[in-house]
Amino acid sequence: MKENLKKMPKGGLGQLTIPVIAVALLVIFNLIRDPGFFSISITHNNYGNAVLAGNLISIINGASELAILAIGMTLVTAATKGQDISVGAAAAIAGSVFVKVLKSGADITGGTVILAFICACIVAMIFGAFNGTLVAVFNIQPMIATLILYTCGRSIAYWINGGATPTVTSPIINAIGSFAPGIPIPMPVIIVIVVAILFKLLFHFTSLEILTQSVGINQSAARLNGINTTFIKLLSFILLGCCVSVAGIIGVSRLGLINHETLLLDVEMDAILAVAIGGNSLGGGKFKISGSIIGAYVIQMLTITLYAMKVSSTDVKAYKAIVIVLLVVIGSPVVKERFEKLMKKRKALLKGGEKA
Amino acid sequence: MNENVKKKREPLNDTQLLMTITICIFIVMYLLAMALLKGGFLHAQQIFDLLNDNASLIIVSCGLTVVMIGGGIDISVGAVTSLVVMSCILYLNKGGNVLLALMLALGIGLAFGLVHGFLISYLEIQPFIVTLAGMFFARGMTTILSVNPQKVDHEGFETLRNTKIEIPWLGYVAKNGNLVPARMELGVVIAFFCIIVVFVILMFHRLGRNFYAMGGNQQSALMLGINVKKTRFLSYIISGLLSGISGFVLMMHTGAGNATNAAGMEMNAIASSIIGGTLLTGGVGNVAGTFFGTMTLTTIKKIVVSSGLKDPWWQSITTGGMLCFFILLQSIVLGKRQKKKKA
Repeated sequence: MKENLKKMPKGGLGQLTIPVIAVALLVIFNLIRDPGFFSISITHNNYGNAVLAGNLISIINGASELAILAIGMTLVTAATKGQDISVGAAAAIAGSVFVKVLKSGADITGGTVILAFICACIVAMIFGAFNGTLVAVFNIQPMIATLILYTCGRSIAYWINGGATPTVTSPIINAIGSFAPGIPIPMPVIIVIVVAILFKLLFHFTSLEILTQSVGINQSAARLNGINTTFIKLLSFILLGCCVSVAGIIGVSRLGLINHETLLLDVEMDAILAVAIGGNSLGGGKFKISGSIIGAYVIQMLTITLYAMKVSSTDVKAYKAIVIVLLVVIGSPVVKERFEKLMKKRKALLKGGEKA
Repeated sequence: MNENVKKKREPLNDTQLLMTITICIFIVMYLLAMALLKGGFLHAQQIFDLLNDNASLIIVSCGLTVVMIGGGIDISVGAVTSLVVMSCILYLNKGGNVLLALMLALGIGLAFGLVHGFLISYLEIQPFIVTLAGMFFARGMTTILSVNPQKVDHEGFETLRNTKIEIPWLGYVAKNGNLVPARMELGVVIAFFCIIVVFVILMFHRLGRNFYAMGGNQQSALMLGINVKKTRFLSYIISGLLSGISGFVLMMHTGAGNATNAAGMEMNAIASSIIGGTLLTGGVGNVAGTFFGTMTLTTIKKIVVSSGLKDPWWQSITTGGMLCFFILLQSIVLGKRQKKKKA
C-alpha cells in the first residue's frame, strides 16, 4: 500500500507532468489576480443566438487552430525526429484554395462549402506529400525540406488569389468561424473535438501509433522488423496536411477573408512549442497527442492572460519567452536530477535526525 | 612514381564536395546572368551592391554555420540583429558614443549567446526551443523599446556610415563620361574580417576541429576527451557575438531601425548555410561555402527582379524552387557517395 502511494506521482502523470503543472500554475495565478477571470456568461450575438462568453471560452476557442496543428505536428515529430515549419504557409495555401472554390460558384451553399473543403484538403495533402517525399524518400532533414515551402508558400497563396485578399460573406462561413445557430459552444471548439476523436479512432483501430513510435525510436530496427518506414513518414506528413487544411479553413472562416500574409502567422513556432510543452521529445519517438493539445491551450491561456494584464499585442512575445524558458528549465533533465538528489539528501538528513 | 602521385591526391571530403558544387553553380549562374540579362550584371558594382546589401546576412550566416557544424541550431539570430539595431539607434540618438554603441551591440549579442549556451549545453534543453524563446524575447524587446521606426541622428555615426571604400579600377564610365568608381561599404570589410576569423578558427584552431568532432559524433567526441559541453557553449557564444556585429553592420547600412528589421533573416541564414554545404545534422560545413551560399541566394533574388518578373510572388517562389534544387542535389550526391562507401 505504502509503495503504491509512493509510486503514484511518478507513474500517474508521467509525460503530462509539465503541461498539467503549467495549466495549474496559470489557473492559480489568474484566480489570485482576478477571481472572476474564468467566469462564464451567456450573451446574445448579432444573430440573436444565445452564446457562451468569457475568458475561458475565448482561450478554448482561440487555441483551436493551434490545437489541430499540434496534433499533426506531434505525429510528424514522432516519426521523423524533426518538425514541419511550413504549416503556416501551407494553411495560407489551403485557405486560398478554399476561398477560390467558394468564389467560383454562383452562391454559397452547404454543398459548395463541402466541395471547397475537400479541394483545400486535397491541396494541403499534396503539399504535405511533397514535404513527406523530400523527408522520407530523399532523407532530407524535415526542417530543411519544409524550409522550401516556408519560403514560397505564402507567395503561392498570393498567386492563387491573384494578388488580392478576397472576402467571403455567407452565414455558413460565419457559422464555421464563430457560432452555429442553436449551439452555444463556438464551432471551432467542436471541430477540434471532432478531429481529436477521429485521431483517437484512427489510433484505436490501426496500429499507426505504435508503428510511428517505433520508426521514431529506431528507424533501422523498425525497417528490419518489416515496417515500411518510408510510408509511415510520408503518412505522418499527409495527416499533418489534413490538419493544416482544417486549421486554415477555421482561420479563414473566423475573419471571412483570406489574407496570405497574416493568416496563421508564426503558427509553426507555436505548434512546435505546443508539442514540446506537451512533454514530447522533439527528437522523435514516444508521443502523447493529449500532451500537445494541452500544450496548445497553455500557450493560448498565457497569451490571453498577458492581454488581460494590459500587455500590448506586440510586446506579448517577450513575456511569453520568459515563461517558456521557465517551463523548459523546470522540465530539463539536469534540473530534475539535481532536484531529486536534493530531495534525497533532505530525506536522509531527516531520517538521520529521527534516529538521533 | 605515377601511382604515388595518384595516391597522394585524396578524394574531396563531403564538406569540400558540397562547397565546390555551390561555387560552380554560383559562377555558372552569374555568367549566365551576365550573358542573358546584361544590364547591371556586366558592372563590377553589381557584386559590390550584393555585398553591401547583405553584409549583415553574411555575418549572421557565419555564426549559424558554426552552430550547425556543432550539431545545433540558432533561430534567434535575426531577432537579435533587429534588437541590436534598435537599441544602438536609441542609444546614439541620446548623444552616445559610437565606440560604446559597438560595445553595446557586442554586449547584447554576447548576453544572448551566454544564455542560449548555458541553457542548451549545461541544462540540456533542446536548442530549437531555447533559441525560439530567444527569438520571441528579442522581437518583443524590440517593440517594447520602440514601436515606431527610428532614424539615426548622430554626426559621428553619419560620417562612419558614409565612409565608403572606392575602387577606381573596377569602376565604369557613365554616360556623361565621368568615371564612377566601385563603392564598397565598411560593413563588407567587417563581414570579410568575420569570415576570415571564423574560417581560421574552424580550420586551424583546436576549438574549430572540436566543433566538427562534436557535430559528427557527440559520443566519440566525448570519448576523445573533448569537453563537449564547453564546446557547445562556445559555439552559441560565437553565434551570439556575430549576431551583435551583424546588427551594427545592418545599422551602418540602413541607418534606421524598425520593429520588423531583419524579418525572416534567420531562415535566409539557414538557407545560405545549407546552400553552402552545411548539414543540419552537424559535422559537415565550411564558412567559405556559406559565403557563396549567401551570394547564390541573393543573386537569384536579384536575377528574378531584373529579369522582368514583376509580380511580387515570383521572388519567393523562385527562391523556394532553387532551394529545393540545391537540397535535392546535396541529398542525391551524398546518398551516392554513401552507397559507394558501403560497396
